[in-house]
Parts: sequence; structure tokens; C-alpha cells
Amino acid sequence: MEKTASNINRRNFIKLSGITGAGLMIGLSLKGNNGVGQVANLSGELPAFNLTPFVIIEKSGTITIFNTSPEIGQGVFQSIPALIAEELEVSLDQVTIKQTGGEKQFGPMQFAGGSMSVRSNYTNLRKVGASAKEMLLTAASQQWNVPVTECRAEGGKILHSSGKSAGYGELVEAASKLEVPKSPKLKDPADFKLLGKNILRPDIPLKCSGKAIFGIDIAVPNMVYASVAHCPVFGSKLVSFDDAAAKKVKGVTRVETCERIIGKYKYPAVAVIADNYWAALQGRKALVIKWDHQGNETFNSKTYEQGLRNLSKKEGVVAHNQGDFDTTYKAAPLKLEAFYETPVVSHSPIEPMNCVASWMEGSKLEIWASTQVPGDIVDSFSKAYNVPDGNLKVNVLFNGGGFGRRLYNDYIHEAVQLTKKIGQPVKLIWTREDDTQNGPFRPMTFSAMKGALSADGKAIAFQHKVIAPSLDASEKENYDPNKPDGTMTEGISEQKYEIANMKNLYVYADSHIPYVAWRAVTSTTLAFAHECFIDEMAVKAKKDPMDFRLGMLTKESDTKNVLQKLKEVSNWDKPLPAGWGKGVAQYEFFAGLGGYVVMVSKKGTGVKIEKIYAVIDLGTVVNPDTVKAQVEGAAVMALTAAIKSGITFDKGQTVQTNYHNNQLVRFNEMPPVDVHILANGGSTIKGAGEPGLPPFAPALCNAIFAATGKRIRRLPFDINKV
Amino acid sequence: MAIYEININSKSYKVDVEPSMPLLWVIRDFVGLTGTKFGCGIAQCGACTVHLDGTPIRSCSFPVSAVGAKQITTIEGVSANVDHAIQKAWIELQVPQCGYCQSGQIMSAVALLKAKPKPTDADIDIAMQGNLCRCGTYQRIRSAIHRAAELI
Repeated sequence: MEKTASNINRRNFIKLSGITGAGLMIGLSLKGNNGVGQVANLSGELPAFNLTPFVIIEKSGTITIFNTSPEIGQGVFQSIPALIAEELEVSLDQVTIKQTGGEKQFGPMQFAGGSMSVRSNYTNLRKVGASAKEMLLTAASQQWNVPVTECRAEGGKILHSSGKSAGYGELVEAASKLEVPKSPKLKDPADFKLLGKNILRPDIPLKCSGKAIFGIDIAVPNMVYASVAHCPVFGSKLVSFDDAAAKKVKGVTRVETCERIIGKYKYPAVAVIADNYWAALQGRKALVIKWDHQGNETFNSKTYEQGLRNLSKKEGVVAHNQGDFDTTYKAAPLKLEAFYETPVVSHSPIEPMNCVASWMEGSKLEIWASTQVPGDIVDSFSKAYNVPDGNLKVNVLFNGGGFGRRLYNDYIHEAVQLTKKIGQPVKLIWTREDDTQNGPFRPMTFSAMKGALSADGKAIAFQHKVIAPSLDASEKENYDPNKPDGTMTEGISEQKYEIANMKNLYVYADSHIPYVAWRAVTSTTLAFAHECFIDEMAVKAKKDPMDFRLGMLTKESDTKNVLQKLKEVSNWDKPLPAGWGKGVAQYEFFAGLGGYVVMVSKKGTGVKIEKIYAVIDLGTVVNPDTVKAQVEGAAVMALTAAIKSGITFDKGQTVQTNYHNNQLVRFNEMPPVDVHILANGGSTIKGAGEPGLPPFAPALCNAIFAATGKRIRRLPFDINKV
Repeated sequence: MAIYEININSKSYKVDVEPSMPLLWVIRDFVGLTGTKFGCGIAQCGACTVHLDGTPIRSCSFPVSAVGAKQITTIEGVSANVDHAIQKAWIELQVPQCGYCQSGQIMSAVALLKAKPKPTDADIDIAMQGNLCRCGTYQRIRSAIHRAAELI
């Protein structure tokens, strides 16, 4: 019988997982219940496997925890297993962490994105650990014939008050026969040993010794290497190619075509295959390819951006409407308008796109990749390449940076098509030039802002009109530009400021460039316009920008808490040295909530960043040090997006090619970030990976205004020439 | 093609490759040490940093034919048990995020400490500005270099 996800029974699962002699296997039923999992005992023989196993305790005492979130630098290799380990009363060095690869039995949450990992797993995985612990406790108490209340779990053992003890491995057989507790008791956070603590990440020693294996480090027997040429002009067709010279390069074995698939776009490509990567690169240089540019060779940023400015005169689609913006604005005693512009930027993770794929007889496919979306790969590639259920195996390696880039599988498509064509495992590596020139990219957004104040300086009307190409349109063929598009108005209607009359709009701009999510998505550009304009309103109202914001937050809210914390940690009210200025900004969106106070000083023709204070609101924090690292890094990434070149187009292609002209902030350019975490409990948990980005650029530019009187309304700008 | 005998981490390897092949690809694809990373191919990011007789070089832009009898050290040769002062400080201060650039960062930092056991912030700026980190671990790298200087 063919193995399919639905009929993989327990024994097969154990074999596939490489686990021997399992004793206790605890999982979750994630169906229905709005994502609240029902804990289940998977230890018995099951006719069908619709449950998600998360922890297996073997008779040998080995504990395996399955992690469904790819590690992209955000620390889930520690924070996710810790949720189970905490309740199970084991330390992370007592467990083996296995990364899942999109297998159906591991459920729908096998991705890293949206700052979702910790918050989507927080309660469910603790329940898994707590259930296993309760079963082990019961098994021990029955074996010893003592009340369960006299037993406790500690360090992978059950201990009795008499001094008796048994390792988990000794108890799993008995425990596996017990009912799963209906509502396992979760630990009091006051007793946490791992959660909320700065626990060392188990992946870090590997990353300090060259032992961590990333996608690009995979080698399999009989493997060949591929380098792929794409047309630098977006939207070109392949006419013909001459591979005679390429094939003369020593080591080059074949030249094949393939197709780069990303969103709704399909780009032709020519791959040079060789027995080593350097030879593949040399062969590729020798290719002579004829492209038909289809008229796209005249496309350039300058004209496109002017088009966006022209489009701003259109009314656009209403994204949000409260009160009566038009009438209030018309009649208001004080009003202002401003136009903000942001650039296209690249993700540029330091590990270039790469994939090893192996097509085998019987329509079997194995993929090794740095990817954020193993679940999506299994779903979409099974369909695209007719791979029967259970025949597609995805191995998720450590990602050398994600930032949203590895949510997209274009390079994996290429590797799969090539291995299928040649019947040999293929290792495909994009060069840095491939990555920089082909994108996909974060789109630019332009923003037309309007605000009105009462005579006593209170905000009474506000409008944020977004003019931009659409992420959704880049994804879908049947995009309807007349319908509201949440991907391009992200967060602009969800800020907590109490402004009675607000009308937010979106004007769609057509594009043929592949635009996708970038860390913190559209909030990274919209927050700049939004929070700088709030600052402009404060200036018009002749109010301190912090007080102006707090004045619009009379009700209790997390946003108010974040601003108050920023005010406190930055000593906001303390006068600054001459020539200094300070700026504040916050932004709340799907991923969470963060804010900054940035202080700058005048330096020559530009400014120097003196201090950066960050506050992130989480509600509940699993690893404070990891969260701090995320915010420190987000500030660096946001600074790059604010002051470095970004991506521009000319003659139909990307102008930038590599890190020398698509620069990142370097070591000597980055001042330290002082991060503060708000974790005051509450029913919701907010994300950690992304909220550190959106408010950075507006806080910086508001500080520059305070120091110099110069209002920056277009990113990027030259920090040495303000 | 030509045969080269190169010394990596005090071990000798014979490889038959094109003279123009960058040392990076020899180390990764022919010797099989994958701790040294490919990032840009034009000596801009520093992910491929190794030591040539103790001096940091960008192996992506250094032809194998130029190595000669010089000793190469890669991240795998920094210590046997991840216990060089730099590595200890990196772990203590939890420097890496994704970790991809960190082999190169560590190779640059190890060379800095060897040349300047008590580096100033300005020394660190100069030594480390050739190594890009997209995750943004720069402030932890600075703290960890100061910490490693204490540990030595």
C-alpha cells in the first residue's frame, strides 16, 4: 500500500522520524477549536494519523521535541522547544530538537512569518508538556503505590518524597497506557525555569564553530551544481541561446532551461550545470542569450515615481472611514498636508538563495533548503510537479537570514525543474548579483497625508492616502484594483490615537516588478509617513510631540504604555545638549507593537545618531534576550532602509548589483540600541521579530527635524547631508 | 587544471582545480569544510573570511594558485572545543542570530585580538567594518570583543 499522510500509522511515523522504541508520544489535534489544540496520546497504534506529534519520550530516556518553526535567526530553535520543556520539567540540553519539514501530520503552522511562532504555540505546546508530565507522575505514583501529590517532576525524573526516583524513560510504557488529562494543569509563571528567562540558545555554539548546517552546506551523493541566468530586464522572453562556449568550460556538463515562478510571475531562465560550482559560474558567463524585452527595457524608477505622484490626485479606494473627514477638514481652523515617499528595498540575507533537490524514480522528490515555509512547499510542489502524498520530503536547514525572502520558493522551483530534467541531484546557488537584481523586493509606498487641528491644537481629522503597487496584485492574476487592499494599508487605521474623523485611502499603481513581503511588510514604509506626519501635526499645534501623542491617548492602551515607557527610559523631559534633537514614533500592526526615541546631534552637514531607545510590547515574553536581539537587529535593518541606496530601476533592470552599490549599514555606522520589553501579561501575546522596524525611521527623522528644522519626507536620505 | 597541495587547519589537502578558482570554493566544495560561507563573491561582505598565515583574507576573491605554502585557518580550526576566548564571549553574549555571517565575523575578531589584545572601540570599528551582518548583531559583536579581551 502506498504511504500517504492520512495512513501513516504510528509505527511508520516513528520510522520516518528516525526514532526507535518510542514509549510516550504526545501531540495535538489542531482541527477546529480556532487553533486551540486538544492534547492527544499518540502512543497507541492509530488507524489514521490526523494528529500532530510534538514530543516523544523513548524508553531509553531520549526526549525528542519537534519544532515546526524554521530557525531564521529569531531564536525559535530555543523558544519553541522551551514551551514543552518548561512544563515537562526538562532542560533543553536533555532534549533533541527536530525540525519538521512540512509533513501533513505536523499541521498547518509550519512556517516562520508574521512574528507568529511563539504566540501561536504558547498555550498549546505548554499543554503538551504538562500532559506528558501528568501522565508520567500518575504512572510513577501507581507503580510506587503512593499518592500522586507526593510525587514531583524534575530534570527528566519523577521524584517521591521518600527519596525514590525514576527516569522518564522507565515510566513511559506505563504512562503511554493512561488517559490524557482533559485539562492539564499549567505551571504558575512564578515557578518558570525557562520561560521568561534568558536561556542560552542551543544553536549558538554551532554558529560559533562552523558546525551549523545551512541550506547552502548540503551535499548529497552524485550531486551536480547549477548557476542560473535570468534576464536582467523584468518581463523579457527567452528567444534563443548559444551554449557552445559554455559547454567548452571544463566541468560543465549540461545547459538546460527552467522557469522561475514567483507569485503570478513566470520568468524564463537558462541554467548551466557543472560538476563544481565555480565551473557552473564560468560556463554561465560564456552563455550567449537572446532576450525579447517586450518593451520593458525603458522602465525606470524616475518615471514610475512621477506616475505615483500623479496618481495621488485620484481619490482611491476607501480603506477606513470614521466620522466625517471631508466636512471636518474643510471647516478646520488649522490644517496641513504633506507627501511622503519611500524606496524599494531588497531583503539581501547574507546566505544567497540556494536549494538542493533530488528527483528520484517513482515520482519521489527530496528537497534540502533554507526556507521559511516547509508546509507551503509540500502543499504547492506536490501539486505543481505531481508528486503523490508522502513522496515529497523537505529538509529544513538553518536559514542564513529570512526577512521574508524565504517565504517565496522561486529558487526551489528552479532546482526542482532541473533535477527532474536531468535525473540527478542538483545544487542550485544564486549569486549575490542574481539576488540583488532579480528581487523580489519590498515595494515603495508613497503617502499623501492630510491633518486638521482645532484652534486649541487638538487633532480632529486625519487622512492617510497610500499610493503604491500592490503585494496582493503581485501574487494574484485576478487582482481587483477597485476593492480595498489590506496588504497596502496595513496598520494605518489601527493606531490608537483618538481622532474622531479619519478617512484612509489606497490608490493602486500597476507594476510588473515582483513585489513581496519584507520583514514587517508594508508597515515598514507606511509608519514613516504616518508617524512623521503626526509629528508635523504636533508642530502645527505647537505641542511637544510626546505630549501631543499622549494627549490623543486618553483611554488605557498598550500604545499609551509603550509611549509612557519610552518617555521614562529616554528621560524625555530632560533638556538635551545644544545641537541635539529627539524624536519619537510608535506603530502597531499585525505583528505587534513597538516604539523608539532616537536622539541625534548636528555633525558637519549631517547628523550623528547619539542614542536609540526602543520599547517593545509583548504581553508575555519567552526569552527576553532573544527579543532584545530581534529589536537591536530590526533597528539596524530599518536604518539601512532609511539611509542606504535601496533598489532603483533603469533601462528595465535593477541598477544595484551587489553589496558595493546596494549597501547595508556597516559595523562602524551603528550606534547601540537600548531595548526595553513590556511584558505585563494579558490575554494576547504580540510578536517580537518585526515590530522593531516600522517606528525606527520616523523616530529618526522626527529627531532630525528637532535638531535641524529639516523635515525629511523622502527615504532614503543621506545622513551626512541633511 | 592543476594540482595544489594546500594546508588548512594544519592538515594537508591535495586538490586538482583551475588555478583561478577562489580559495572559498576549494575549501567548501573540494575539501568539504562548510563553515566558511559564500555571501557576495566580491570581497564586500566578509562571510568567507579565513586566515592566511594569521592574516584575515576574503577567500571568495583569493585564487587558490596564490596560496602556495601558506597556512590557512578556517572557522573549524579556531579551536577544537569552541573554547577560543572569542567563541566563549560570542556564546556568553549570544551574538549570532541567523549565524550565517558569524564564521567570518569570528575570523576577523580572532585576528584583531591577536594583533591588539586590548582593542579600543576605534580598533574594533576598523577591524570589523568589512564584515556585514544583515541580522544586525553589531552591538553584541562589539561587546563580545571587549569581553573576549578580558577572558584572554
